Amino acid sequence: MAAQQKESWGTRVGLILAMAGNAVGLGNFLRFPVQAVNNGGGAFIIPYLVCFLLMGIPLLWIEWSMGRFGGKHRNHSTPFILDTMTKRAFWKYFGVFGIFTNIAVAAYYCYIESWTMSYVWHSIAGTFNGLSQAQVAQFFTDYVDIGITHSGIPYEAVVFYVLCLLLNTWILSRGLAGVERAAKIGMPLLILFGVFLALRGVTLGTSGASAEVPDASAWDGLNFLWTPQFSSLSDPKVWLAAAGQIFFTLSVGMGTIHCYAAYVKSKDDIALNAVSAGFMNEFVEVVLGSLIVIPIAAGYLGLDWVKENAGFGMAFQTMPFLFEKWGPFLSMAAGVMWFGLLFFAGITSSLAMGTPWMGFMRDEFGWGRTKGAWSFGLIVLLLGLPTVLFFQEGVFGEYDYWAGTVSLVVFALAETVLFAWVFGMDRGWKELMSGSDLKVPPFYRFIIKYITPAMLLVVFLASVFTPAGNEWSAALSSLFSGNGWPLDNGSIIKTIANSGLHEQLAAATDAGEIQRLNDRLFYTNLARVMLLLTFTGLAVLVYVASLRRLRTAKYARA
Amino acid sequence: MNSDALFLMVATQLTVIAITGYFFVRVLMTPPKKEPDSYSENDEADR
Repeated sequence: MAAQQKESWGTRVGLILAMAGNAVGLGNFLRFPVQAVNNGGGAFIIPYLVCFLLMGIPLLWIEWSMGRFGGKHRNHSTPFILDTMTKRAFWKYFGVFGIFTNIAVAAYYCYIESWTMSYVWHSIAGTFNGLSQAQVAQFFTDYVDIGITHSGIPYEAVVFYVLCLLLNTWILSRGLAGVERAAKIGMPLLILFGVFLALRGVTLGTSGASAEVPDASAWDGLNFLWTPQFSSLSDPKVWLAAAGQIFFTLSVGMGTIHCYAAYVKSKDDIALNAVSAGFMNEFVEVVLGSLIVIPIAAGYLGLDWVKENAGFGMAFQTMPFLFEKWGPFLSMAAGVMWFGLLFFAGITSSLAMGTPWMGFMRDEFGWGRTKGAWSFGLIVLLLGLPTVLFFQEGVFGEYDYWAGTVSLVVFALAETVLFAWVFGMDRGWKELMSGSDLKVPPFYRFIIKYITPAMLLVVFLASVFTPAGNEWSAALSSLFSGNGWPLDNGSIIKTIANSGLHEQLAAATDAGEIQRLNDRLFYTNLARVMLLLTFTGLAVLVYVASLRRLRTAKYARA
Repeated sequence: MNSDALFLMVATQLTVIAITGYFFVRVLMTPPKKEPDSYSENDEADR
């Protein structure tokens, strides 16, 4: 069932930019600074970098090695990449995560990406000119409530979502060459825009202070972000937050790295490529990501506002208002750069999400690039429309939790165990070092075999048994004093049971609020059913593909 | 900015920039392997 015509990367720099583009996403600019300010400010960087070296880099090497190994056997998606590494047939069903996660994440990720497209357009059109901060925030609320439009385009959110998906699908239909070209254009522009905005963040100082916020200062934002609070280093919550951030920022546990690496030949390097792409992501996150949102927001709205409102929504609900203070031309340029860089960060990641499905259908069913790309677009559209239409009802959040969070940890843990313990560290190390341009220190053998899986297990268990309020010390005290382990409503166990929603329902007295919560419960369960159906459908496809392989092998023997 | 925050920010960012630059330059400076390699752009057949 192997592809008759093998694709390949145009250049080594193109491969690294595509890999870095896959990792660099909106979280680099929006999640990292918020995690830092909530977890010890400057001291957060210490556990963050430790986790990068002990978990991030090893996972990158594991996934690049697995991908290239699978590619040698003409497999370009995780089900049969995992299958080639072991004789046990069930591992290929773990590999289903490597396609499922990408389809499910692309379904809602393309929606955020479409917001950035739309906001670039609105920045050019001057939609935010003269709006107050509350009006800019309301614009976003109205935008996601698809019935209301400020631009005259009916169902604007749906239109931009479909346009964004069409663009992704078209680029994907050009194959690896299209993905590589998008990365070669997108990544340099992203860095250029990021550097401009970061310089503005660093040099803003107290010039943004106003009569309403006389003590506003960008320096306060940077102080808040970087002043080390070393006492936080003894808090397990901080270490878990650092591990989580490293995990999500590198796009590990998704199956995209395997797929990209499957197009690299065994005589070519993967060890140096992996660390180069990984550090490129760190540059965007630690250097650019920390110098834009927090200092600019603190520079105009003050540190107290930032402490209360730091979060994902700042990108769309606050930044356009702040850019308006830079005058008509610069505000438009800054809006285009900010939403443009978020768009490039998004599209280089969403393109990567299409390649595992295309690789799988090409390997197993002989589908060409065009058929593979358009079928991916159609599936993502069907799965993604509920996130657009029922965004306020929580479908988006449900996809993000199960596909964009839990699935990643499960798959990363499984692949690490497979690589280090089933495939074997000796073979794994040999695969990593084959054709290597980098002498990897031998102690990484120990780290990959013991430390990385142990860290992943801790992250997974911490997600399953998150204590109430994420207070680990209090939970341990409670456990040892015989009062049990109080679970948080955000833990996997309580999330499955919808405990938070049921508690809210039990406490609600207003009929409208009860109806809203019941609707939310319905759409939450609907989202889970859709995700489950998608996973099951993909597992069936993998089963059919394995039967076809068996049949082909039989004919070949006969 | 206070001196602790300034020191940590500058030290961290310079370290990340230096390591990123070092690895990327190594990628650029490493001579390509003999054909056939993974990269189609420098293939004889494509010229």
